[in-house]
Formats: sequence, C-alpha cells, structure tokens
Amino acid sequence: MDTKVNYLLRLGDNALILSQQLCRLCGKGPALEEDMALSNVALDLLGQTRLWYEYAAELEGAGRDEDRLAYHRDAHDFKNCLLLEQPNGNYADTMMRQFYFDTWHYFLIAALTHASDARIAAIAEKSLKEVTYHLRRSGDLVVRMGDGTAVSHAKTQAAADALWMYSGEAFAYDAVDQAMVDAGIAPPGAQLRSQWLAHVAEIFAEATLTMPPADAWMQSGGKQGRHTEHLGYILAEMQFLQRAYPNAQW
Amino acid sequence: MTSPTSREWPLWEVFIRSQHGLAHKHVGSLHAPDAEMAVNNARDVYTRRNEGMSIWVVRAADIVASSPSDKGALFEPANSKVYRHPTFFPMPEEVKNL
Repeated sequence: MDTKVNYLLRLGDNALILSQQLCRLCGKGPALEEDMALSNVALDLLGQTRLWYEYAAELEGAGRDEDRLAYHRDAHDFKNCLLLEQPNGNYADTMMRQFYFDTWHYFLIAALTHASDARIAAIAEKSLKEVTYHLRRSGDLVVRMGDGTAVSHAKTQAAADALWMYSGEAFAYDAVDQAMVDAGIAPPGAQLRSQWLAHVAEIFAEATLTMPPADAWMQSGGKQGRHTEHLGYILAEMQFLQRAYPNAQW
Repeated sequence: MTSPTSREWPLWEVFIRSQHGLAHKHVGSLHAPDAEMAVNNARDVYTRRNEGMSIWVVRAADIVASSPSDKGALFEPANSKVYRHPTFFPMPEEVKNL
C-alpha cells in the first residue's frame, strides 16, 4: 500500500474510532453541557475523518470512498492507535483518553499545517481550530477533576495510570511514519513526544496528579493493525448495517 | 459563590453578539460551576462555533429585574406621549438598524 495512503488512513482511523466512542456517550454525559461538548468533539472528529478518508481514497484510486473505508474494513485493516479504542469507562477515563489524544493531536495537526503536501496542510489548517479547542477543554477538565475532591482525584489518577501504556505508540515511528517525515509531511516523533510530555507535565502539575514515568513500557501495534480486544466490538456495532445490507444507499 | 456543600451548579444567563450583530442578545441560560466553564458551555450549546462573535455570561443571581407589578408605573406613562417616538419622519429604506 502506498505509504501516504497508509498514513492518511491512520489519521482518519484515529479520528473515526474516537468519534465513535464519544458518540456512545450521547445522552449519558455527567451534565447537559458536557453532553453537548462531547457530541461537538465527536462531530469535529468525524468531519476530520471524512477529509482524511476522502484524500486517501483519491490517492489510492481503487474505487473506495469514505463509506467503504469506514464500513468495509475489519479490525486488522484499521490503523488507529490503541489508546483510542480503550473503553469510555468513567468520566475520568474518557477525559484522560481525550486529553492524551488531544495533546498529541494538537501538536501533530499544528505541524501538519506546514506539510509539503498542500492538501494535507489544508486539512490540518481547517482542523487546527477544532483541535485547539479540544485540547483546551480536556486539559481544563483534567485539572478540575484532578484538583477536585479526593474521590475525583483518585479516579483521575487511576485513569492517568491505566491509559499511560497506550500513550507512547503515537511517537514510536515505523517505516510509514518515517517516510512521511522524509517527505516533509509528518513532524519527527521525538519532537512530538517532547512537546507532548511537556504539556502533559504542565497540566498534571496543575491538576495535582503524578505523571507516570516517561520511560515506562509502552504498548503498540494499532498502527500495524494489531489491536486490543475492544476494537472488534466497536466495529461490529459501527458496521452492522453496512454488513447486513452492503452498498445500500443512505 | 455557592456554598461548598451545594451540589447544584449555579445558573448563568447567556448573551451573544453574532458575527454581524450590533448588540449582545439574551439567548438563554445554562448551568455551570464557574464563569470559564459557562463560556465554554455557552459556546457549545448556543453558538455552534460561529466565528467572530462575542459571548457574555452572567450569574443569574446578579441580574436585577423589574417587577411585573411595577409595569403600570414604569412603562404606561409613555403610552400617551406619541411625540417621544420619532414616528412622524419618513425613514429612507437604506437606513438600517434604527
């Protein structure tokens, strides 16, 4: 597979899977306003998914469109990072997953606005405003929950610790990522990682949370299609109708 | 401030000036624990992210309203004084927002 198509699918898959996860919380947020915000973020991410898929499908030229890519691929063809397929859990789990992702997403998208590929730069430009807001929001909530009551602090710390091992995959570059760096598209993994660590450390300090060790063991495999047990269930639910009635118009 | 034991988020009134709007208009209310979250929530609930506009939030408790029972004394004396309204001048079509 063309490396650029692969890279674009990774970007799209990350956004799609997280969007799908957030959609499951519709009507279940801890407050009406949070419910709206979660849905807004989910919609932003779905919009970004469509832009990445659209471009990937065009480059691929195999007649697949965004729906085909979303609904007719099984887990081993999905390239999202493992962090995003982790369950919603409690609200601290949801927001910590969001915060880890948003931090990385923000620095990635900001860098992609300078990509040598004009289309990627344009999509990044459009996404950057959304991603900036996502990061502000999830960081704010992590501080509020971490520096809240003893119970919310404990839950937030537990979420931070439990999800930590999924936070490093994004910076562990394989040949696809490296090819994108060489082509002047993706930012170097080490640069992203140091930006990520600095921001997370800042927010955790404000949230009175203890940051797990940066050199801890990290789980990986999502980008190569090796997923945790959660993704199959997410896709089964998401793709059901297209599987039952393939190629139906909707 | 609400007491620390209160579990209810206070009510905020939201005023929004749209992109080409001239003044902030009251659009509704929402609950939020503090002003910063009230602004964030107002953005999510009431603006659908229209750019170039302005949001005001104010604690509902800080608004003083006129009493309905004062309606007569406050507003009715103006009814019989038509000369207080510029209704006798033909207004050109081009003049907006008057």
